[in-house]
Amino acid sequence: MEKTTLFDKIWDAHVVKSVPAGPDVFFIDKHFIHEVTSPVAFLNLEKRGIGVKNPSRTVATPDHNVPTVDQDKTIKDKLSRMQVERLRENCAKHGIELHDLGSAHHGIVHVIGPELGITQPGMTIVCGDSHTSTHGAFGAIAFGIGTSEVEMVLATQCIMQSKAKKMKISIDGVAGKGVTSKDLILYVIAQISAAGATGYFVEYAGSAIRSLSMEARMTVCNMSIEMGARGGLIAPDETTFEYLKGKDYAPKGEDWDKAVAYWKTLKTDEGAVFDKEYHFDAADIEPMITYGTNPGMGIKVKGNIPTTEGMEGSNKTSYLKSLAYMGFEPGEAIKGKKVDFVFVGSCTNGRIEDIRSVAEYVKGHKKADNITAWIVPGSREVEKMAHEEGLVKILEEAGFELRQPGCSACLAMNDDKIPSGKYAVSTSNRNFEGRQGPGARTMLASPLTVAAVAIAGVICDPREVFQN
Amino acid sequence: MAYDKFTVLTSTAVPLPTDNVDTDQIIPARFLKATEREGFGDNLFRDWRYDVEGNPKKDFVLNDPTYSGKILVSGRNFGSGSSREHAVWALYDYGFRCVVSSFFADIFKNNCLNIGVLPVTVSPEFSDKLMDAVTANPAETITVDIPSQKITLDSTGESESFDINEYKKDNMQNGFDDIDYLLSMSDEIEAFAADK
Ligand code: SF4
Repeated sequence: MEKTTLFDKIWDAHVVKSVPAGPDVFFIDKHFIHEVTSPVAFLNLEKRGIGVKNPSRTVATPDHNVPTVDQDKTIKDKLSRMQVERLRENCAKHGIELHDLGSAHHGIVHVIGPELGITQPGMTIVCGDSHTSTHGAFGAIAFGIGTSEVEMVLATQCIMQSKAKKMKISIDGVAGKGVTSKDLILYVIAQISAAGATGYFVEYAGSAIRSLSMEARMTVCNMSIEMGARGGLIAPDETTFEYLKGKDYAPKGEDWDKAVAYWKTLKTDEGAVFDKEYHFDAADIEPMITYGTNPGMGIKVKGNIPTTEGMEGSNKTSYLKSLAYMGFEPGEAIKGKKVDFVFVGSCTNGRIEDIRSVAEYVKGHKKADNITAWIVPGSREVEKMAHEEGLVKILEEAGFELRQPGCSACLAMNDDKIPSGKYAVSTSNRNFEGRQGPGARTMLASPLTVAAVAIAGVICDPREVFQN
Repeated sequence: MAYDKFTVLTSTAVPLPTDNVDTDQIIPARFLKATEREGFGDNLFRDWRYDVEGNPKKDFVLNDPTYSGKILVSGRNFGSGSSREHAVWALYDYGFRCVVSSFFADIFKNNCLNIGVLPVTVSPEFSDKLMDAVTANPAETITVDIPSQKITLDSTGESESFDINEYKKDNMQNGFDDIDYLLSMSDEIEAFAADK
């Protein structure tokens, strides 16, 4: 029998039809929608005079533009309010499940899907958001789509997609102290570049990946898109099953046993061929930070910003433009650079484990005076746990300001903006120009590094700030 | 939504010699609050085009009356980042029907083809050639020919062929989109979904 990869198995099982010399008609099991990329899709359905084919396969939540204070009040910003209201209307009209602002399961779409157990191994999952790749951590094919495709899924439960090429990224060995899954993925992207996996779907493997918690795996898969990949996935295992067991939407009783039996078959065959493979050693990886304006521009926190040696043409121009935006010089050390804001949150690192790790490290410390520290839970559930576990108290004592769930300063569609020219060290996933507000300068790092920076007030190595 | 048919396009071009132009630059997140598709062109490249007070930045190419046209010639890895289709709506709304680069991000490319903007991938050498030619001479035209899958620098006649799959090629030439196709096979999809 032909040896196939995990990606092949799931993909092939969802092809309704292959169009000759064209894409596949690809069936979607679960569709997440939010307020920003769905309204035009619904509008177009209306124009075509058609409805939603299978409302029970779509789940909605408003997350991108919502305020993170006073969520129980009317949204002040008119345009944001209209988008959220439109989402409510569309969901009500078409019978789509909505986890609305203020409800028990509200949150960032990529946080609540897994948290509720909606995300399951073997599924195909799409959302009008590129970080849909997060759900791949469960051994699902999950990727971001455009609004036209949102419309296709609503109308037909299918999209037209060509199958991506397959890449395997193995990380073996044991990472050192202070190295988190965020550092693993920032390291990989720095090695492969921000466009290095374009056209590929990535499977992450190796002992360092296997040993990660579900939360940490989600951080890795989340950032697959930051190296250009369509998505990333990790074969399900006991860690996955353990996480899903008992979750609201996970199968129960006999169905659970049947599901697990199927999920156990979801792995790449020994000897299956990938179009491209990379191997990394976890022992080489240290706490990372970005210094430029795409996620591929990352270095060790204790390292130096690369010089322009060997660069030429538009490559060099673009590089210098990026550094000029950041206010950095080629060749200088990043450690010791002053920082104004820290942001803990987003679908990359806004889960309970992230908040626990920040709280554990800042306990008994105070943030530096020059730092404004925001912590934004990825969901209501995370927020609730953070309160119950006493983490909020620890964080507030350290000078962190806790906000309500949403995408917040990850993309700054709401009021949570980093002012122009200011430096933010952020647990989110994008350091593009203006991503956290016009003129904002973003450096991406792990929650641990962010905690250390909050205390030190400057870029620093978490291993030096927290000695034990 | 169906869009204007696209077969052969001859136009002057706008040069944007920057690599890794991400969709946050093409249309910043704060302009994604509309519930309709129109009007995004005004905010295309907003933060490169205007300063904080809203005054046009002189050094940005869209503010330079020397250059205009329906073709954007850009640096490598165009359209990376967010999946927002709004980026393509903004390009379309502004008047671009074709973007030329030596490398496109995946989702962006799909989004383009879905709404009738043609992404043309050329070799890095030809990309440089086009960039230099249109930068040096704003009257220079480029012809993009879908039926023969060829892109030509008109003054010298130099050309290169580009890839587009037959299915998308048909769609572009007829102004069809995927939904029309998917709707036409709803029985098949239903049968497939029955045991999912
Ligand atoms: S948290 Fe950031 S990356 Fe995640 S869905 Fe929201 S805006 Fe996108």
